[in-house]
Amino acid sequence: MLDARAPEESAASEPSAVPETGSAGREASRGQRTIYEVFRQERKGQPFQHAGSVAAPDEQFAEIYAREQYGRRQESVALWLVARDAVREIDEFPDEFDLKYRRVDGYSIKARLREARERAGTLDMAPGASDAA
Amino acid sequence: MDARTQEFLDYVQSGGQVETGDWMPDEYRARLIKFIEMHGNSELMGVLPERDWILRAPTLQRKLALTAKIQDEVGHAQLIYRVVEDLGKPRSACLDDLVSGKAKFHNVFHYPTKTWGDVGVIAWLVDAAAIVSQKALLKCSYAPYARIMKKICWEESFHILHGRDVILAMITGTDEQFGLVQEALDRWWEPLMHFHGNPIPADEDPMFIWRIKSQGNEEARQQFLDGYVPQIRELGLEIPDPGLRQDEETGTWLYTEPDWERLRAVVTGHGPASEERLAFRRLSRQDVDWVERVVLAEAA
Repeated sequence: MLDARAPEESAASEPSAVPETGSAGREASRGQRTIYEVFRQERKGQPFQHAGSVAAPDEQFAEIYAREQYGRRQESVALWLVARDAVREIDEFPDEFDLKYRRVDGYSIKARLREARERAGTLDMAPGASDAA
Repeated sequence: MDARTQEFLDYVQSGGQVETGDWMPDEYRARLIKFIEMHGNSELMGVLPERDWILRAPTLQRKLALTAKIQDEVGHAQLIYRVVEDLGKPRSACLDDLVSGKAKFHNVFHYPTKTWGDVGVIAWLVDAAAIVSQKALLKCSYAPYARIMKKICWEESFHILHGRDVILAMITGTDEQFGLVQEALDRWWEPLMHFHGNPIPADEDPMFIWRIKSQGNEEARQQFLDGYVPQIRELGLEIPDPGLRQDEETGTWLYTEPDWERLRAVVTGHGPASEERLAFRRLSRQDVDWVERVVLAEAA
């Protein structure tokens, strides 16, 4: 799951909840930084994985920061930068009817397989036949 | 504790992980900020003792390696402060609290570095102690922090090897060089024993209760001793604690109780180099303040 906020909570510049901080609030008044989520690819052909984020005043700075923080040591072959606000998160997947027929745990073939083998007379031939699930 | 908080606690205690936008109890958020902020502060303050040696490194190769290590540590601070910002405390507030002495940083960065031997001991043993803690953070209940720890641990492993190489070069050098390593070890042993904190039981440690840390202080220290006492001794170095030995039956390391009062004094800003380091950080904060203003103005 991405650590993007739901759209109505997202703050493009700075987060609003500020518990117990010393001089909090100062950033909010002067900061116009945008948060970009950083996805990195370790080797060609591998999936891009979420690595972290950078806060930058514009895309050019975001690129410089991301290169420095996530690519400086040749640990990535490519980076994706996505403005946090542009990430649309879906995190609810209800399964009200418990649709087992779509999953491997929805099938138990042990008894029927045995019956079929008995009928075909191959019960002794199948190695480990008794383990078949 | 209300039902929702209890449910959250059960969730993290059974290995559940939390993302930035998820609901979390205020206490959990506050503790996360405090813990992660101190980690960020430590990365940032940790470069200062090493910075002193860039110009004094014995060879060009060492100078380059040391510079790369310092660059890594500052990079770690950037990643870590970003995580703190998402939890609600801006980086500038973290830096303000750091230079004012309100926020803490790790005990080992309150001490001076007297010789190149200290640089080797820091890179090898202080980083080794740190990686014990950091590896345990890969399982932190706060997922964004756990994710950046992967990258941080990967970089720390180079630091330890670099430190060990520095130590080995001196150990195999002149008697004077060997002596510098032994003296540095004598100086750093107590701070190293302090490093993982006092041995409060894990289930009384709020950072463990909320699964911000995945192990207790003493467990971390035992892991460090297990890994590194043999490596120190095989070089012919003497650890300055006559009470240090491994219990043959349990395998537990026994040691002379460090002075925990001194640890408390050091981390509250009364260490031998605390004031100097903070003064330097204050100065550099003033020096670069214009950069942030220009950058933000430019983009506005």
